[in-house]
Amino acid sequence: MPGRQLLMTFPVTATSHTLADYRARGGYGTLSKVLATMKPEQVTKEVTASGILGHGGAAFPAGRKWQVVHLDDGQPHYLCANADEGEPGTFKDRWILENAPHLLVESMTIAAYALQVRNAFVYIRGEFDLPYRRLAAAIEEAYDAGFLGTNVLGSGFALDLVAHRGAGSYVCGEASGLLTSLEGKKGYPRNRPPRLTVRGLYQRPTVVNNVETLSNLAGIIAMGAEAFRKVGTAKSPGTQLVSISGHVNRPGVYELEFGYPVAKFIYEDCGGVLGGRNLKCIVPGGISTKVLTAAEIEPVTYEHASFQKAGSGLGSGGMIVIAEGTCMVRLLQVMLRFYHHESCGQCTPCREGMGWMHQIIDRIVAGDGRPGDIDRLLEISEANDGTTICGMGDAAGYATVGILAKYRDEFEYFVEHKRSRFDGRLEVSHHA
Amino acid sequence: MKHLIPEFERIKARYPAGCESSLVLPCLRRIQEDRGFVADSDVDDLVAWLGVPRIQVEEVLSYYTQFRRKPIGRWHVQACRNVSCSMRGAERMIDHLSRRLGVKPGETTADGRFTLSTVECLGSCGTAPVVVVNETYHEDMSAEKLDRLLEGLR
Repeated sequence: MPGRQLLMTFPVTATSHTLADYRARGGYGTLSKVLATMKPEQVTKEVTASGILGHGGAAFPAGRKWQVVHLDDGQPHYLCANADEGEPGTFKDRWILENAPHLLVESMTIAAYALQVRNAFVYIRGEFDLPYRRLAAAIEEAYDAGFLGTNVLGSGFALDLVAHRGAGSYVCGEASGLLTSLEGKKGYPRNRPPRLTVRGLYQRPTVVNNVETLSNLAGIIAMGAEAFRKVGTAKSPGTQLVSISGHVNRPGVYELEFGYPVAKFIYEDCGGVLGGRNLKCIVPGGISTKVLTAAEIEPVTYEHASFQKAGSGLGSGGMIVIAEGTCMVRLLQVMLRFYHHESCGQCTPCREGMGWMHQIIDRIVAGDGRPGDIDRLLEISEANDGTTICGMGDAAGYATVGILAKYRDEFEYFVEHKRSRFDGRLEVSHHA
Repeated sequence: MKHLIPEFERIKARYPAGCESSLVLPCLRRIQEDRGFVADSDVDDLVAWLGVPRIQVEEVLSYYTQFRRKPIGRWHVQACRNVSCSMRGAERMIDHLSRRLGVKPGETTADGRFTLSTVECLGSCGTAPVVVVNETYHEDMSAEKLDRLLEGLR
């Protein structure tokens, strides 16, 4: 087991997602304690003291985000869980929604009390079917049991919680695009400032946190910030749900204590590379993070600072294992096709740039690559960086620059010989 | 759409007062589930009921990939072709589906039974490759499993 666990603390069974099972594990006990004994400010203080960082990709301290909301400003405040999990390679929040939906509901109710929120939302991507049904059923169970509604556990605190489904848009995973979508419009991200905690949903102070971040709150309050900080590392307290996929023998969702060795995780906990092949590189945390080679991950431990030192990031926790012999030109083609498909079209550099990059990589793969095409990909990546409202245009550039910095020779070979240096396939056989 | 209004009223009760605009997506999803697509008359009715600008509803319908303005096949077979699925055989699965159904992605079979689509990441990377039929995920797919799945869809 890769370190101590805070979320995957129970065996998954046919009923482990239900209210009865959750209560048998002590569920909603923390909410009762909070409502009976704590002031809202105390909850926020505890969350801040825990040092928990956002688990959606940006790693912003959750407590600092919360502190921007003033409880006595006379305005409605909103809370939204970001369950628009769409960064390729990421499927960790789905584990919570399917297996521990009440942990999210209880934690959100605690968060809503701390932020004095009357209406809270879980914005869940439209494609998620079972996760939505599990969450919606959990919400109904919570209403029936008095954990939601006009008088939560007789405390006088009132909260409505809605599972709000998206309808297919990667950009809505960006917090401001998410809120625009929650207002019933196309999901265009917004310029900051103002921050969403100042003017968010319907221009009111709104906290948007990732599902995993929120789901940690019940545990943080139950064990106390001090005990939470003892898990993980000084700068990355707690654990991370890591979803691992690609050319790996045991893909899935694992809970890693921050500080766990990455190579050990891949080679031992996940059974190593498919077909007994050598490791070529990994995408550490969603395709927008730069690839790290097999040699580069050797000293890396699973925490923000260590990934940064290696020149990448742990991003959304979505790790993709890439075996030796995989064509990086084809891999980048799949990534750039995705970014082009998902550009919302609001900002010119992203709308046009994603199309150009997609066109260039397609012609390289078709054997029609031209001299200068590789540099053109780099030029567009650099020119786009920092020019768009949200980070999507930048992210496509990071993925491109990251791959070209390490595997440029494969691209040059493809342009010169009009074919892949390898077999050009992305699939690796299960059998050696 | 009008027969769905009582249901819409129940959805509305849990949203903040004055935030009717937020109901555009949930209502459109329900309409599409009911009819199979969103018709012009549904847009008329929804605009009238919610009191939002018509252009807002039209924009939403064209922006989000899951909404449809026209009927499709009885079974909507959607194969993911993003990074992790491609690395576990999605390209082979899509070719197989195309051959089996005799249509290219984006097309519907002549008997109206199947529409084949390719989609981007569905968050099923650890159980790749994934194919979604209507709403249901079918994970860890192989050519044999696809054949059995299609056999069962009448």
